[in-house]
Amino acid sequence: MQPIIKSKSWESYQKHIAEDNYYFARSCIRQNFFPAAEGLFLDIMHNDLHKDIYDDARQTTCTGIAYHSGIIPFETTMGVIARQFSLMNEAGYENFAVSCVTSFGLYTETLETWKEFPEKEKEIRDALLRATGRTFEIPKNLVHASDLIYKFRKEISSKLKYRLVNNKTGQPLKVVDHIGCHYAKIFPKEGIGGAEFPYVLAGLIDEWGGSQVDYPERRHCCGFGFRQYLLKSNRSYSVSNTKKKLDSMEPYHPDLIIANCPGCTFFLDRWQYVISEIEGKVYGDNGYGIPVLTYEELAGLLLGYNPWDIGLQLHQVAVEPLLNKLGVKYNPDDKYKGRSGKILNLPQQSLLKMY
Amino acid sequence: MELLNELKKDFRFVEGFKACISCGTCTAICPAAEFRDYDPRIITEIVQRGNEDELEKLLKSDTIWFCGECLSCKTRCPRGNTPGYIIQSLRALSIKTGFFIFSEQGRKQLAIKRTVGDHILKYGYCVYLDEVDTKMYPEQGPVWDWLKENRFEILERLNTNYNKTGKGTLRLTSEESLSDLKKIFDETGGTERLNLIEEYSQKAAEKMGIEFSEGKDEYFMEIYEK
Repeated sequence: MQPIIKSKSWESYQKHIAEDNYYFARSCIRQNFFPAAEGLFLDIMHNDLHKDIYDDARQTTCTGIAYHSGIIPFETTMGVIARQFSLMNEAGYENFAVSCVTSFGLYTETLETWKEFPEKEKEIRDALLRATGRTFEIPKNLVHASDLIYKFRKEISSKLKYRLVNNKTGQPLKVVDHIGCHYAKIFPKEGIGGAEFPYVLAGLIDEWGGSQVDYPERRHCCGFGFRQYLLKSNRSYSVSNTKKKLDSMEPYHPDLIIANCPGCTFFLDRWQYVISEIEGKVYGDNGYGIPVLTYEELAGLLLGYNPWDIGLQLHQVAVEPLLNKLGVKYNPDDKYKGRSGKILNLPQQSLLKMY
Repeated sequence: MELLNELKKDFRFVEGFKACISCGTCTAICPAAEFRDYDPRIITEIVQRGNEDELEKLLKSDTIWFCGECLSCKTRCPRGNTPGYIIQSLRALSIKTGFFIFSEQGRKQLAIKRTVGDHILKYGYCVYLDEVDTKMYPEQGPVWDWLKENRFEILERLNTNYNKTGKGTLRLTSEESLSDLKKIFDETGGTERLNLIEEYSQKAAEKMGIEFSEGKDEYFMEIYEK
């Protein structure tokens, strides 16, 4: 009997990722809480990978947070998604790249729903036509933005200025990957590596010289919970789930956490601050937390972009311990400069060190 | 109104509910079950029994509002059920019937309508920097206060298009796009559900003797904070 090599299981879950020519859909959360990330992603696609990806001023939310919180029906979300498909057609594109993982789940779900319930597709087409006069064609290829970084990981690797290696010891950095639930738990076949062994970020770690951290709660939800986070009274749900993950990964001493979902990135960052305030608990060394980056922030940092031009000063968990391990040369004074070059008043220091 | 028949008209229910063998896998994997008085297996069993009195009690309860919609249950169920979709149909029916105002968690829907729902139609996105502060979202931390205080300096350095028209991060959404969104909401039941949440919530506020008008009124703060 052939032994089952679990770590190879992801290889049966592959997906088609088009080579070029994408329409880009922004994320509600990513653009607000990591406001340089999407611009950086587009810069990497344009300038480093020489790809055509279109940023449309008319694109809007997919309404996913409202839908998953129960305040609007799925028909409304499908109607808004249908409008984005129409915008994509009008701009002359056939491939659709989504920045948000919740959105990626809903775009996928919309297409799957229309296969299972064709009458729903007709209902939405009719509603969109009545509302906006628009018609649309379904995208030929639908991907999450992290799929593109994964697809081009080798090209990026050849251009890296830094690798995921401790510049003093030469050892690989220990990196936790966190995959947003809606990337592959709803439709495992639509995610690289499926739901059990997602490889979309682990592939970046392997290719760029790091070491994956396989900890017990690796697949557990970050705890966004939509309406659970949105209400101040319910947020203990969210922080409890993130704490469960942080407690589980702590014994492995990770140097870095990366995530493909903007919400997960936000919670893994901000709840470290809250846990330090509530319990005095800090997960990193010397009063710092474990830095949390998005996939495009990691790619940009390793490609040699200035960390303070790609917005890393807007993370609540300071990234300096990571920069020092990577050997990234940076000017500490540059971190808190504004557009005019003037150093702004520093943020209030907290128990979790920010600088 | 026969509640089970109403549920069966919802394609999310048809998709999410096949035949439950009560194995409890969904509950084992569920992040909400770990921290709340919530058990997707029990909810699925109630729906499977189809008893109208039990269903009404469920629609008036807190428990249907504890699911976090991570949909981990969809991956795991060995019989192809999705308790997270069943929850969506129960929440929709709870709002349609007005039963949501009978539970503390259900009443909180108004706060989500008046934040996320209103933001979509005002900004074109579920959230916009101007609406987020550390009083309502203290976990944002000192870095958020720093960003808010210096937002024009910082966001221009980071090459965003904050508060301006055109393309780019944090741009303003055009009137034409906002109008499209509103008309799609009107045509697909979004506006109807948002209005129902307001109408039933007003009744709840009157019953509770709490001031109810718009925005962050006394009723909003009561359900958002407590």
